[in-house]
Amino acid sequence: MVKLTDITKVYRAGDVPVPALRGINLGIQEGEFLAIMGPSGSGKSTLLNILGCLDKPTSGVYELDGVVVSALDEERLAVIRNHKVGFVFQSFNLLRRLPAVEQVELPLLYRRVSNRRRLALEALTDLGLGDRVAHRPTQLSGGEQQRVAIARCLVTNPSLILADEPTGALDTATGHDIMHIFQRLNAERGITIALVTHEREVAAYAHRTVHLQDGQIVSDEANSSPSRPPAAAEPSPGGDGGSEASTA
Amino acid sequence: MSIVDTIRSAVAALAANKLRSSLTMLGIIIGVSAVITLMAVGQGSQKGVTERIQGLGSNLLFIRPGQSQASDVQSAVYGGQALTLVDEDAYAIDDPEQFPYVEGVAPQVDFEARLIAGGENTSTTVIGTTPGYQYVRDFYVARGQFISDDDITRKGLVAVLGHRVAQTLFGDADPIGKSVRLAVGPANMSLTFNFRVIGVMEPKGATATGDEDDLMFIPLPTMQARIPFLRHPQGLSNVFQISVKVSDRSDFDRAEREIAALLRERHNVANDDFEILTQSDVANLEAAETEISQTLWAAMAAIAGISLVVGGIGIMNIMLVSVTERIREIGIRKAVGATQGDILMQFLVEALMVTMAGGGIGVVLGVTLSTLADGRTILEQSVRAEVSAVAVILAFGVSAAIGLFFGIYPAYNASRLNPIEALHHE
Repeated sequence: MVKLTDITKVYRAGDVPVPALRGINLGIQEGEFLAIMGPSGSGKSTLLNILGCLDKPTSGVYELDGVVVSALDEERLAVIRNHKVGFVFQSFNLLRRLPAVEQVELPLLYRRVSNRRRLALEALTDLGLGDRVAHRPTQLSGGEQQRVAIARCLVTNPSLILADEPTGALDTATGHDIMHIFQRLNAERGITIALVTHEREVAAYAHRTVHLQDGQIVSDEANSSPSRPPAAAEPSPGGDGGSEASTA
Repeated sequence: MSIVDTIRSAVAALAANKLRSSLTMLGIIIGVSAVITLMAVGQGSQKGVTERIQGLGSNLLFIRPGQSQASDVQSAVYGGQALTLVDEDAYAIDDPEQFPYVEGVAPQVDFEARLIAGGENTSTTVIGTTPGYQYVRDFYVARGQFISDDDITRKGLVAVLGHRVAQTLFGDADPIGKSVRLAVGPANMSLTFNFRVIGVMEPKGATATGDEDDLMFIPLPTMQARIPFLRHPQGLSNVFQISVKVSDRSDFDRAEREIAALLRERHNVANDDFEILTQSDVANLEAAETEISQTLWAAMAAIAGISLVVGGIGIMNIMLVSVTERIREIGIRKAVGATQGDILMQFLVEALMVTMAGGGIGVVLGVTLSTLADGRTILEQSVRAEVSAVAVILAFGVSAAIGLFFGIYPAYNASRLNPIEALHHE
């Protein structure tokens, strides 16, 4: 469903061109769970931004669900982001003012969906936040905030979830909870997931790991036995992974 | 994003920063209310002029003594006003055979006098005139009766009081049948006469010839017979002004021409010793006087308009700050699918909400201030204020336009932000 052909990205620092990606060729199958690894500056975040239509490649062709998105203008890209892609960030990126349920409604607002509230509540309940819907980000723990952010992705029924260091701001146990949620969404709903991380334990949840270095893919390995989280760690609906730290 | 959702989200964003939003609004509120109030006063003063001119009655010609050929002594006695008109002139004009278009004629003499009744006394203008005055000047008695033909022939000592004079002298009591003492001249050697009140005029207010409620009317021959210094050297009866009501405006030119011819013949002069003014001549004189004050009000309204623009710049300033503060929010919204248009609308609607809410409050405040100012005396000027729909729509429309104009640049800036940079903005 994702096909990248000869993707390059060059930033300009003043007059000096700084290449971030140098000829990426990558395909992602529907239902895949892919981890992208690499040292800082290897271009993994740039790759993720291009996959998520937040950024446009300098050259090369990006095809998403049969649409050549690298040829689209900013307005069309916004529509693609809204309909096909969900983002999860290291720093959660929730709006400070809004209660959880309105955070989750946000993408639907831009889609002019009428039964927003119901869909948002469903998504929150699905992620075990049924009793947190009216809480603002400052009243939620880090793990809860990240689950709200995941609910915000899920509510649009995306074909692709992109996560940029989603466990980076969380303690280890909470990080595992979040990874398990991704694993469950991938397995149960068949949602394609691409995840950027520099932690091996996190990448171990994925089916496949791509290593980047200096803007190029240096290895692409399948993972035949993805990690399973400790059985008790899966958050039950309505419950709270008690060990989460509030890192907001 | 639908417009309803956009507005809801704008209200939430403004409510999150109540103090800032209301201070920003204040600039618009002050500007709009000032524009409305000043325009209302300007309009009111114009309307006041129109009303005062209409208050004279309609289709009137005024004949006044003109360039004097009489002695300078006379001119000196009567404050520069020559005595060339006599009551016989007025009776000659009031001739349906010769002047079919003349509907009424009212000669008048007026002078300042003191009136005393009971314990009260007041200074006022006493007008000696004839029964025709009521119809010609479109000014009628409210109680009792006006000077009658009988009063004229008898030279009766009867008086009709202006509305305010009656109130000053008699309060709430009925003045009809009561006695009023009229005193003319310096206090130590004044002539006094007792008049019987036969009527009280309707309230009318100020017209181009002065405050019509502060008058007293007596029969013209009574005045001429009783007050010696008003007598004409040849035993004729001088008048200071003759008001002529003409049936139709289109007859004005003809009336002016023919009456002038008659007077020239009667006075036997080569050069006119009288002048004939039409109502519009009077209006022009009046208009010239008020033009200065109207220009002043217009200038003040313009200054208020500038303050509205300053308020708009305040809005732009705050919106730019707001966009800078919310760069991260803009990035998040873009990441979840907000288009440039969505972001543009969001910030534009916020700016519009501030100006339109400010405009609305300003309209209410401006209308309230105008209503309070109307009819009051401010800085020794009696203020008339009339709020027009045009002024309200204009002020509100301008404030909305200011929101649009000053909101568009910050909103455009916001919409053009790069989503990745915005997301990583600290």
